Amino acid sequence: MTTKTLASANARFLPALFAAVLGLGIITLTGHVQAQALHDAAHDVRHATGFPCH
Amino acid sequence: MFSRIVTSALFAGAAAGLIAAVLQLVFVQPVLLHAELYESGELVHFGAQAATAHPDLPGFEPLRDGLSVLFSMLTYTGFALVAVALMSLAESQGHEVNGRTGILWGIAGFVAVQFAPGLSLAPEVPGVASADLVARQIWWTGTVAAAAVAMWLIAFGRNWAMWGLAAALLLAPHVIGAPEPDGFAGTAPPELASLFAARAFGVGVAAWVLTGCFAGYFWRREGARTA
Repeated sequence: MTTKTLASANARFLPALFAAVLGLGIITLTGHVQAQALHDAAHDVRHATGFPCH
Repeated sequence: MFSRIVTSALFAGAAAGLIAAVLQLVFVQPVLLHAELYESGELVHFGAQAATAHPDLPGFEPLRDGLSVLFSMLTYTGFALVAVALMSLAESQGHEVNGRTGILWGIAGFVAVQFAPGLSLAPEVPGVASADLVARQIWWTGTVAAAAVAMWLIAFGRNWAMWGLAAALLLAPHVIGAPEPDGFAGTAPPELASLFAARAFGVGVAAWVLTGCFAGYFWRREGARTA
C-alpha cells in the first residue's frame, strides 16, 4: 500500500472512528451511567428503550 | 468528513429522537406510570378482587417529561452518530447511502440495539425483579456489539462463511443466556408488563426506521452541499 492510499484510507476511517466513539460516549451517558441525577432524568427513556435501568 | 458525519447525525438524531419521545409519551409512558402505581403499592392486583384497569394516571409532567424528550433526542443522536459513521465507511466501499437505503439501516439498528438484547432482557416495567445491574449492562453491551457486527456481515458479507458467522453472533448471547433474577417479585400485572414490552418494541421500530432514513437523507444532502 502506498503512502497516498494509506492516507486516503485514514482520511475516511479516522473521522468515522471519532464520530462513532462520540456517539458511544453519548449512549453510555444517557443509557448506562448510574449517577443519581442522570439516572433520574433518563429513567423513562431507559425503560422505554430497553436499557437495563435499575 | 468529520463535520459532515456530525452534522448529518445531529439533524437525524434530534429529529428521530423528538418523534420517538412523542411516541413514547403517548404510547409507553401511560403504561409505565400505571405500573408505577403497583410499584409504589398504591394498587395491588393479587387477592379476590380484580384491580381496576383504568386508574387515574398522572398527566403531563413538564420537568419529568421534558427531560425524557431531551434524553430521547440525545440517545438517538448517539445512535445516529454511530450509524452515520458506519454509513460513511459503507459508502467509501461503493454502497449507496440515501434516505431509502437508510430505512434498511434503521431496521438493522433496531434489531441490533433493541430487539437482540430485548429478546432475553425484555423491556422492563418499573417494579420487576432483575439480576445485578452491572451484569445486565455487560450482557446488553456484548449482545448489542455482537448483533451490530452480525447485521453488518448480513448486509455486506459476500459468502456463506460470513453469513454463518452472523447467525452465530446473533444466537450466541441467547444460548449463553442473559443474567436472570433469583426469584420473581414483580408488582405489575402481566397485562401491563407485556403491553409495555410490546409498546417499547413498536415505538423502537418506528424510531429506528426514522433514524436510519433521516441519517441516510442528511448524509446524502450534506454531501451534495459540501461537494
